[in-house]
Amino acid sequence: MSERVAVRKTYKLFIGGKFPRSESGRSYLVQSSNVSLASRKDARDAVVAARAAVKGWAGATAYNRGQILYRAAEMLEGRREQFVALGIPGDEVDAAVDRWVWYAGWADKLAQVYGGANPVAGPYFNISAPEPTGVVAVVAPERPALLGLVSVIAPAIVSGNTVVVAASPSEPLAAVTLAEVLATSDLPGGVVNILTGAITETAPTLAAHMDVNAIDLTGVGDAALATDLEVKAAENLKRVLRPAPGNHDWTADPGVAPMTALLETKTVWHPKGV
Amino acid sequence: MFEYAPAPESRSVVDLKPSYGLFIDGTFVDPTDGGSFKSINPASEEVLAEVAEAGAQDVERAVRAARKAYDKVWGPMPGRDRAKYLYRIARLIQERSRELAVLESLDNGKPIRESRDVDLPLVAAHFFYYAGWADKLEHAGFGQRPASQHGGAIPQPLGVAAQVIPWNFPLLMLAWKIAPALAAGNTVVLKPAETTPLTALLFAEICQQADLPAGVVNILTGAGDTGRALVEHPGVDKVAFTGSTDVGRAIARSVAGTSKKLTLELGGKAANIVFDDAPIDQAVEGIVNGIFFNQGHVCCAGSRLLVQENVADRVLESLKRRMAQLRVGDPLDKNTDVGAINSAAQLERIRELSDAGSAEGAERWSPPCDLPDRGFWFAPTIFTGVTQAHRIAREEIFGPVLSVLTFRTPAEAVEKANNTPYGLSAGIWTDKGSRILWMADRLRAGVVWANTFNKFDPTSPFGGYKESGYGREGGRHGLEGYLNV
Amino acid sequence: MTATTTSARSELSELGRSETALRTFLHGLPGVDQVGAEQRAAQLGTRSIKTTAKAQAIDLAIRMVDLTTLEGADTPGKVRALAAKALRPDPADPSCPHVGAVCVYPAMVPHVAEVLRGSGVHLASVATAFPSGQAPLEIKLADTRAAVAAGADEIDMVINRGAFLAGRYKEVYDEIVATKEASGDAHLKVILETGELATYDNVRRASWLAMLAGGDFIKTSTGKVPIAATMPVSLVMLEAVRDFREATGRQVGVKPAGGIKTTKDAIKYLVMVNETVGPDWLDPDWFRFGASSLLNDLLMQRTKLTTGTYSGPDYFTLD
Repeated sequence: MSERVAVRKTYKLFIGGKFPRSESGRSYLVQSSNVSLASRKDARDAVVAARAAVKGWAGATAYNRGQILYRAAEMLEGRREQFVALGIPGDEVDAAVDRWVWYAGWADKLAQVYGGANPVAGPYFNISAPEPTGVVAVVAPERPALLGLVSVIAPAIVSGNTVVVAASPSEPLAAVTLAEVLATSDLPGGVVNILTGAITETAPTLAAHMDVNAIDLTGVGDAALATDLEVKAAENLKRVLRPAPGNHDWTADPGVAPMTALLETKTVWHPKGV
Repeated sequence: MFEYAPAPESRSVVDLKPSYGLFIDGTFVDPTDGGSFKSINPASEEVLAEVAEAGAQDVERAVRAARKAYDKVWGPMPGRDRAKYLYRIARLIQERSRELAVLESLDNGKPIRESRDVDLPLVAAHFFYYAGWADKLEHAGFGQRPASQHGGAIPQPLGVAAQVIPWNFPLLMLAWKIAPALAAGNTVVLKPAETTPLTALLFAEICQQADLPAGVVNILTGAGDTGRALVEHPGVDKVAFTGSTDVGRAIARSVAGTSKKLTLELGGKAANIVFDDAPIDQAVEGIVNGIFFNQGHVCCAGSRLLVQENVADRVLESLKRRMAQLRVGDPLDKNTDVGAINSAAQLERIRELSDAGSAEGAERWSPPCDLPDRGFWFAPTIFTGVTQAHRIAREEIFGPVLSVLTFRTPAEAVEKANNTPYGLSAGIWTDKGSRILWMADRLRAGVVWANTFNKFDPTSPFGGYKESGYGREGGRHGLEGYLNV
Repeated sequence: MTATTTSARSELSELGRSETALRTFLHGLPGVDQVGAEQRAAQLGTRSIKTTAKAQAIDLAIRMVDLTTLEGADTPGKVRALAAKALRPDPADPSCPHVGAVCVYPAMVPHVAEVLRGSGVHLASVATAFPSGQAPLEIKLADTRAAVAAGADEIDMVINRGAFLAGRYKEVYDEIVATKEASGDAHLKVILETGELATYDNVRRASWLAMLAGGDFIKTSTGKVPIAATMPVSLVMLEAVRDFREATGRQVGVKPAGGIKTTKDAIKYLVMVNETVGPDWLDPDWFRFGASSLLNDLLMQRTKLTTGTYSGPDYFTLD
């Protein structure tokens, strides 16, 4: 009896909740799989999808976002073996699940911790509350492939932002597999968009894109590229999260900065009178 | 008729020197490699004083002085003692408020009523507010930082802050910059705008009077080149800028790849949205205050009036009647509502955009108003029949010019309000509470004034979305830009 | 008057026929934001009125004073003295104008009428069971007729605040209409007693109600409750008369009463009139101050301006 022939997976992009191939028709070989090589046009399409998703995602209740993120952690846990099979250490998968859960719990606490009443000197109700900045471009760290990716996606979307992620070019399989996790987690299409391929191709497009509100460069290892992206980001005054100095320890407690850097503060005044 | 006789505020309270040096390391010094320029009274074009223009070497000197003060004195100083200096400065400002207000009006052209009743009280309050933070930074709620970053429970200052401020609220912008920087433990080098340097120099004297340690505050006067040299200086750890979006963009580019923390408070094109159930008389006051306060030289000015079509005629009629009461003229007259345009260049820009408004087919209206012969003046102006496509609906005019558009539904109002690269402020006028909250949720702006406009307070964070900049000034949030968090 | 205002006027005159129509109309008036209204009033109060403008304002304010005494202890002698002062506020200075009116209780009207006859100083009388208005309508109307018969050419009536606050607008309206009729040729000032109306929204509604019912003047207060005239209340009333004239073509006067004691206060009011409704109202026919001690302060300031020296209370007559 012959051995069963396995069904292989096609690794594609994740844009607007769907898994398209690159519009360019290009791919590149990683770990014996052909992975889509995203083009500038794919990056632009991803921004359109991310922008379209902002209204619904930012407008969802914080409780709802928290539930959906927690659901993603459940799905991630369930696919543990799949990530291990891709070469992700089991410990890293566990850490990624735990980190996702940690961020999920922030959804309905951010506004309480980072907003509040302001005691202005006059007869006014005055309150500040954080809001998502909008569409965030994210350059994922080269590695750790899964924990690094989770550590840049979760803090951006928990507050209601949507993201376009340039995944690690050398380890894209984990990114596409994470996309499959997200696609089965009730996360609305377009909230997370993942581009595989060359960062040098997609990231500059995202950095210069006028409909992107912020860019997270934490994962950029090449200082010259980071500077170039920051310069491009200045064109529409994107909020920029700079690369962490030195060798960033992705296993360490991330603190709140990855979330708060992608928030706006809105202050509302109203007179108090009869 | 009831004609108000002139009621000029006495300018004798201000003792102006013929010329001013740079304030570096606690003393006034002559520039090493810079020249000088004149600061004029925009209401009369009279020269008020000659002011030093700092060159690159002066920037170097000032940054070095600030670094030394940071390392040796201000950084190590306990927060409670930094607080006392800031409280002292707040008190000195209150004590010398008349003098500062008159000088502000002389140099800037803003009505004394505003510099006296708005700017100066807010300046003192800002120092008073941040003074109290200096010894409470660990309670400012910036969270536990990860062990990998500068440990310890107390958030640390950044070092030397380079601060560049605009001419529209010279002393208030100085306060917004210096008070939180010093409270957090930074030292500063501040460059006031070239058309309004004088109150910053008087503030330098106040620092001396307060015995503030030398080098903690340095004031460099000058124009764009001075500002550029300052923000690009490798020895600064923090850049804070308030001004135009174009300059903000250039600064954002120049700090790319450095570790300088950047906060920007830039332009705006705020929508002031009036619904048919608004408290009309107060809404009209709010519209007037929104665009004619400080001659419209306000980044958060309500420069686009969005009025619900079914009350547009009525609101405009009331608005015109009210505008006819605005008293334009001598900034030092206590009854003046609208003062002088700050500079010839700004006047030119207002004229150019207004002419574009007319050329593009909008209908222009100003109340009858006699403008003085000398100085820079522009009558309060509204344009009706404006659409989103007009330049005057998209570009920041920064003058007393209001563009009026109409809308039919709340959703349309939100869409039009947000249809701009800016996102600094917005206004909503309606008696319906739930509509206010619905609108406020959807407006992409850092400050939303509902049934009021142009209100400021040291405790209330201020700053923009999108191309209006990033970071917040005021309140607990305002500390973040000056701390390593 | 334009055709539009004529038709608007006739439409508005229909409102009084139905409780529902009145309520719908009054509750459809734009709201008043308390903080905004108070800030506007305060801002108007910062105007600096000096020299010639001040002199002009003081004389105008004197001409606008309704010199008032409304005490249980009023006697013929007391009100005659007051009337004499109304005619010649500053006996030392014949250029000093007389006041707008003398305001007394109905029983005192005959004594004042004797003094004022032919002088051009009006004679106002509070009526309608002033200050509470808590009497049967017939008695209030009789009160009014008696005052007019005795020589009053201005009637200061009080509205039925209880009915107003309970939402019985038609009852309030009908009372004003009846009082107006009972007043005959005398001018009717309708006292809203704003201190009891509690909100500016109510002040605006009551102002319109009084104007719709035919009041010639709307007046803030009786002076008999703790909160009398204030700048913001008067601002809201001025906005009401402005809007009413715009809608109907008919001009209605405004009288803040009570609590206005100094020249500085009075000038603030004149500035507010000037910048809210304009010069048409800067006339004793259209704006009055209900006051007593205000007059002496106006006279002192007037003397200061003419002589350059600050005077003292001993140099002015106490009424």
